[in-house]
Amino acid sequence: MKNKLGILIRLLLPYIAIGISVLVYYGVSDTGKQKKMDHPYYLYFIGLIGLYILIGIIIGLFKKERLKKVVYKAPFYTGVIVFLLLLNFVTSKTLWLPILYFPSLDRIIGLIVEQRVFLFNNIVDSLKLLITGFLWGASVGFLTGLALGYFKKVGYWLNPVTKAIGPIPTTAWIPLALSTFPTTHSANVFLIAFAVWFPVTLMTSSGIQSINNVNFEVSRTLGASTFYQIVHVAIPAAMPSIFLGAFYGTVSSFATLMAVEMNGNSSGIGWYINWQKSVMMYDGVYAGLILIAAICSLTLTLLFKVRDKVLVWQKGVIKW
Amino acid sequence: MVGELKIDNVHKRFKNTDPYKDDVIALGGLSLDIKPGSFVSLIGPSGCGKSTLLRIIGGLDKATEGHVYIDGNDIKKPGSDRGFAFQGSNLFPWLTVEKNIAFGLKARGIYKDHQKDVDEYIKLVGLEGFEKSYPHQLSGGMQQRASLARALVGHPAVLLLDEPLGALDAFTRMNLQDEILEIWKKHNMTMIMVTHDVDEAIYMSDQVVVMSARPSKVEEIIDIDLPRPRARAQDTFGVYRTKILDVLNLGGKIDEIEYYL
Repeated sequence: MKNKLGILIRLLLPYIAIGISVLVYYGVSDTGKQKKMDHPYYLYFIGLIGLYILIGIIIGLFKKERLKKVVYKAPFYTGVIVFLLLLNFVTSKTLWLPILYFPSLDRIIGLIVEQRVFLFNNIVDSLKLLITGFLWGASVGFLTGLALGYFKKVGYWLNPVTKAIGPIPTTAWIPLALSTFPTTHSANVFLIAFAVWFPVTLMTSSGIQSINNVNFEVSRTLGASTFYQIVHVAIPAAMPSIFLGAFYGTVSSFATLMAVEMNGNSSGIGWYINWQKSVMMYDGVYAGLILIAAICSLTLTLLFKVRDKVLVWQKGVIKW
Repeated sequence: MVGELKIDNVHKRFKNTDPYKDDVIALGGLSLDIKPGSFVSLIGPSGCGKSTLLRIIGGLDKATEGHVYIDGNDIKKPGSDRGFAFQGSNLFPWLTVEKNIAFGLKARGIYKDHQKDVDEYIKLVGLEGFEKSYPHQLSGGMQQRASLARALVGHPAVLLLDEPLGALDAFTRMNLQDEILEIWKKHNMTMIMVTHDVDEAIYMSDQVVVMSARPSKVEEIIDIDLPRPRARAQDTFGVYRTKILDVLNLGGKIDEIEYYL
């Protein structure tokens, strides 16, 4: 940190961008075709970005590490603000894009704020479904993977079955599941669980099979029973692979969640997006997409945080 | 004194996975008596079944024919009377040094009563301060030390060493040879070591057992009558070396001999 002026300029960049955004927002007249909102929500949002950076700078005055991070990230935040500025300009100050499909930022952000209770309830419904399905799929997948990987006979009989039904896209099961399960909810849970089950099973069993046999021999010479060996050698040694399976499973559970919510569900973020589309409210569609992106990203971050805790003995393989 | 081994006419045949090829006969009726508390090296041409013999003693493989007795008991599976140090360190990468060493005690359910042993062996192999380190944070020599401590902490009467120092550089290797000898002397245990290094065998052993090529038997047992502690640069070493190499060359039908001069 030699060049103090350079740092100062980097930290000022986002604020300059915010200043220009405000000038354009009030200085250039709207087309007037977009629905007018009660508040300048778009400006509130970039204000929040500015506030976030400011907090970072204030903490950074005391913690050098944090300051370095803020200085490093400042151009990126500036880029985000400039991108939003361009987007806002095109959607609310010009008629270059069809208004129906490209609502102004004020409308999208405003909708999230004004319908927050309703959206929140839908998020809760989605998460309930996602978590229930994930837990079922991951635990059953873990157990099947363990049995397939560790016991050769189980693998002989059941591997072909797994290989036959596992790769079927989950969405292809939707018609069958909806007609055979007693309730839509249980069918949905099954479908999400299925999406998680296959990658977890596959990665658990292949993780166990690729363990160097010497690990098991060492543990045998040290007096470990079969059960002890499974718990204390097979599972920890396969853990990196199991986490990879959970990662793939999580990603495919999102896809399945959207598919089932858009097919016959009556709540949830996927249902919300579909509903908004059908009534031609594209600001709602965008709001739903933004929320989905946030949820998926947060879930994966959480998963990787857990992995880093569990696998401290290993150096990171996949960065998130 | 415990740690006596009697190897009685042991055969080992490996089924060939290709049904049109003959089975591989690794050991062809090998007999050997090992006195309690002695240090014995197994040396022989590549693929002659040294490691197989060690694995049978360890209870990891079963003899096709014949028996191995430890203090009069027929060996059928691994037991706490034998420790096994594998080629390379083979520490469990997900466990800290301390937990690696405690693994056997925990697996046998006797950890609570022997917790102190773990600290003792960490000290013995000079790994104080590294208790909480993971294997990837240690050097090759330190990993090997931890691995030795793991095999020793259950107080086995016999320690089986399968080329334990093969992957180490020369200096680390010599240091560890001395440390193993010190542990051997202090704990009065029987040690059986497979090695490719003739000098290592002479430096460390009471007896060097030279094995013949497949199907393998004992070709000759050479007693090393040198006082301990031994000096590495000794003229008498040369005499033993020549003798062992002579026997190895007489082992017959050898395509490649693995030893270091």
